[in-house]
Amino acid sequence: MLALILRCALRNPLRHRLRTTLTVAGIVVAILAFGLLRTVVSAWYAGADAASDKRLITRNAISLAFSMPLAYAERIRGVEGVTGVSWANWFGGIYIDARNFFPQSAVDAETYFSLYPEFVLPEEQLTAFRRDRRGAVAGAKLAARYGWKVGDVIPIKGTIYPGNYEFVLRGIYHGARSSTDENQFLFQWEFLNERIKQLSMARVNQIGVFLVGIDEPSHAAAVSKRIDETFRNSLAETLTETEKAFQLSFVAMTGTIVNAIQLVSYVIILIIMAVMANTMAMSARERTREYATLKALGFRGWVVASLIYAESMAIALVAGGIGIAATGPAARFVGSKLDAIFPIFNVSPGTIQQQWAAALVIGITSALIPARRAVRVKIIDGLRQVL
Amino acid sequence: MSDVTGTGDEVVIHLNHVGKHYVRGGEIVPVLADIHFDILRGDFLALMGPSGSGKSTLLNLIAGLDQPSSGQVIIDGVDIGELDDTALADWRAANIGFIFQFYNLMPVLSALENVELPLQLTNLPARERRERALTALELVGLGDRVKHYPSELSGGQLQRVAIARAIVSDPTLLVADEPTGDLDRKSGEEVLALMQRLNETLGKTIIMVTHDQKAADAAHAVRHLEKGELSALVINQR
Repeated sequence: MLALILRCALRNPLRHRLRTTLTVAGIVVAILAFGLLRTVVSAWYAGADAASDKRLITRNAISLAFSMPLAYAERIRGVEGVTGVSWANWFGGIYIDARNFFPQSAVDAETYFSLYPEFVLPEEQLTAFRRDRRGAVAGAKLAARYGWKVGDVIPIKGTIYPGNYEFVLRGIYHGARSSTDENQFLFQWEFLNERIKQLSMARVNQIGVFLVGIDEPSHAAAVSKRIDETFRNSLAETLTETEKAFQLSFVAMTGTIVNAIQLVSYVIILIIMAVMANTMAMSARERTREYATLKALGFRGWVVASLIYAESMAIALVAGGIGIAATGPAARFVGSKLDAIFPIFNVSPGTIQQQWAAALVIGITSALIPARRAVRVKIIDGLRQVL
Repeated sequence: MSDVTGTGDEVVIHLNHVGKHYVRGGEIVPVLADIHFDILRGDFLALMGPSGSGKSTLLNLIAGLDQPSSGQVIIDGVDIGELDDTALADWRAANIGFIFQFYNLMPVLSALENVELPLQLTNLPARERRERALTALELVGLGDRVKHYPSELSGGQLQRVAIARAIVSDPTLLVADEPTGDLDRKSGEEVLALMQRLNETLGKTIIMVTHDQKAADAAHAVRHLEKGELSALVINQR
């Protein structure tokens, strides 16, 4: 019986090739679009997902726009549970044109890379970076995007810190994992601090964020509390949180957009569900007499329902499979166009699972009403059906 | 109205004062009234009558596709009005072979697969199902068309595949609703000759609804239905 059902499920869709082709095409596009939108959502959270649970971020409690004194570094280093401290300032400059956006940060050359082991930099390049006050390090994707090589001079126009800056690329790091951001541009905080002295003494030795290594992820809350208590009632009170929470706070600012994208991805599936249900309803209606014949021969209602479900599932899963197979190349293409916004744009296993689930839901729900009708139709009425 | 037809001596169909009406728009529309007769095993009976006379309704009642409003339909000792839907489906699978005017074959299945369909409801192993289906197709003269799909066969061949499907499970009764209605004269004669052969050589009991007098002449006997009432039996001279 199973062989009969499968045989019919695979052959029946070929009876109306144009209709089936159009339906399959619709599902492929829907599953592909669903996958890409889910990947956009994942990309939004990529920074948080890639965050280390052994790092904390300490910032000014008022806002990120406010800085903290460099002197805090030593006091944080002395807090119980802290294993390392580094710091960074967001630079936000323009490379040739404002459209060439990529994240730029001034980091402490001596401590930064030991806190970020996922940024893999050859030892000699790290040494060269540390030795050159104008030295900079770029991620591999960023370097590839602009064709940078080690030794190149990279001019960047400062916006937060006005002026023209020229950096010498001393290293190109690679990500230790596929989820590591390879679009960062890092240069020496000391260099920036020297330039600031020429602009405004009030901004000298000021830090945007402290990056804090801790001994145990489970100690994160306690260490955060201890750091913030250290600076309570000071001129710049701090807010310390896990790196993940820090990243999620950025995502939360754009939460409405993420929600809208998620909603659109589900609406796409709903629309294609209606299209597929229409296809199955038409097919089942045309075959009313066949189903009645099967029932007259003694086949039970569940067999007739299985024929409809199997056909619907066959169409949905084949189309879903094509859509899923196309998602990888499509994501690579889209990701290459959006790598300034989404440094990590990978189709996750979770997204693929959701795509299969969507295809499955499309297949099942589309067959619901036609199968119910076919089971309920009286044999003598079905046999009289003329199309 | 009661009498016995056929050449055998064992009653296979007993219609006991069967009536059938439908309710349309709140009104009762009578279709069959007090139908009472027996058919013996091995008989070949033609039911004739104008459109709307109730002959297809009567055939549906005998085949277990519909239930009478009154009376009993007893086939081989089983009052099929007592069976629920599931039991009735099982009963049809075991006892009834259907031959439809428009063949009602599955377009996506080959001739062999179509004939094998009723055997899917049995516990026979796949190989034996296939052998029996091949035998049935050879019996109707289509042993060389087993892999052909319905779209590749002529009308006469389609009806012969349908007949092979009807006999493959060796049912008690063959019911045929206008089996030659969609065929040209030559194909119609071939199908009727085949049905006669099944009746005479295999002893199959056949009830056939037809408009065609020539088709009715192939049966042992003819009954006419007029406004839901059955006329006297007419025995054909063959």
